[in-house]
Amino acid sequence: MVLDRSVIGTTSESKVIEIEKGAIRTFANAIGDPNPLYTDEEFAKKHGFASLVAPPTFPTTFRVPNPNLQIKAARVLHGEQEYSYVRPIVAGESLRCSSKVVDVYERAGKLGAMTFLVTEIRGEDLDGNLVFTGRSTIIL
Amino acid sequence: MQSIRWDEIEVGQQLEPLIQTAIDKVQLVKYAGASGDFNPIHTDDETARKVGLPGVIAHGMLSMGFLAEHAAGIVGTNGFVSRLKVRFAGMVFPGDVLTCHAKVVAKNETERTVGLEVRIEREEGKALTVGEAALTYYQTA
Repeated sequence: MVLDRSVIGTTSESKVIEIEKGAIRTFANAIGDPNPLYTDEEFAKKHGFASLVAPPTFPTTFRVPNPNLQIKAARVLHGEQEYSYVRPIVAGESLRCSSKVVDVYERAGKLGAMTFLVTEIRGEDLDGNLVFTGRSTIIL
Repeated sequence: MQSIRWDEIEVGQQLEPLIQTAIDKVQLVKYAGASGDFNPIHTDDETARKVGLPGVIAHGMLSMGFLAEHAAGIVGTNGFVSRLKVRFAGMVFPGDVLTCHAKVVAKNETERTVGLEVRIEREEGKALTVGEAALTYYQTA
């Protein structure tokens, strides 16, 4: 396997990420998503938010590297992705994020053996309340 | 997309599809910059061919972003997307015109949640990205 199962359970450092208005606008614009909650602060405030709302896939921009995970593969495929929210993420807040390897397994595929790496990310507000979780499966 | 109120949404509804503008290479460069995923297989044909692809492919997360746009458009300001889970089943290329589909499969009165089956297609009946979403409606919506 291109990855040893001993990485299961290892975690990244925990990192505080500031949710910035500009980053949200740029991200929504790159997708082409016209939802005014992501770009029009007055509109977002009118609907009860302190500032702009982040789109559901915005946590893909959160980079929380795991030093125990060295991936040496020419081609990495994204197999699955999941995000769950207690509430939407809002610009102006800071989230403490960390990721963890939850599984590594091998499957026979069309192109030979494929290694699956499953990681989970958690994001909490600075009071420790869970805001979102993510789960990602990549294929090496 | 007109958002749908709690009292209007019913199990079994096939919601109006969302047709995306054709993906082009500029969009992939923009998405790479906005997301921080600079894997050159999404922006550089030569690198993509070296790893056995016909040319650059779109980020899977861009397709997931399209499905998130669709799900969030359905709930509008009546609630939020509380869960989105997808599997990337097929590759997406520049020039592709993608259609997002959503079908209501569950409605929980106690939790005020709606379950959707979601998928993205280039040609009818061939899902490239497939998964499920949950919408949580506010008590007042």
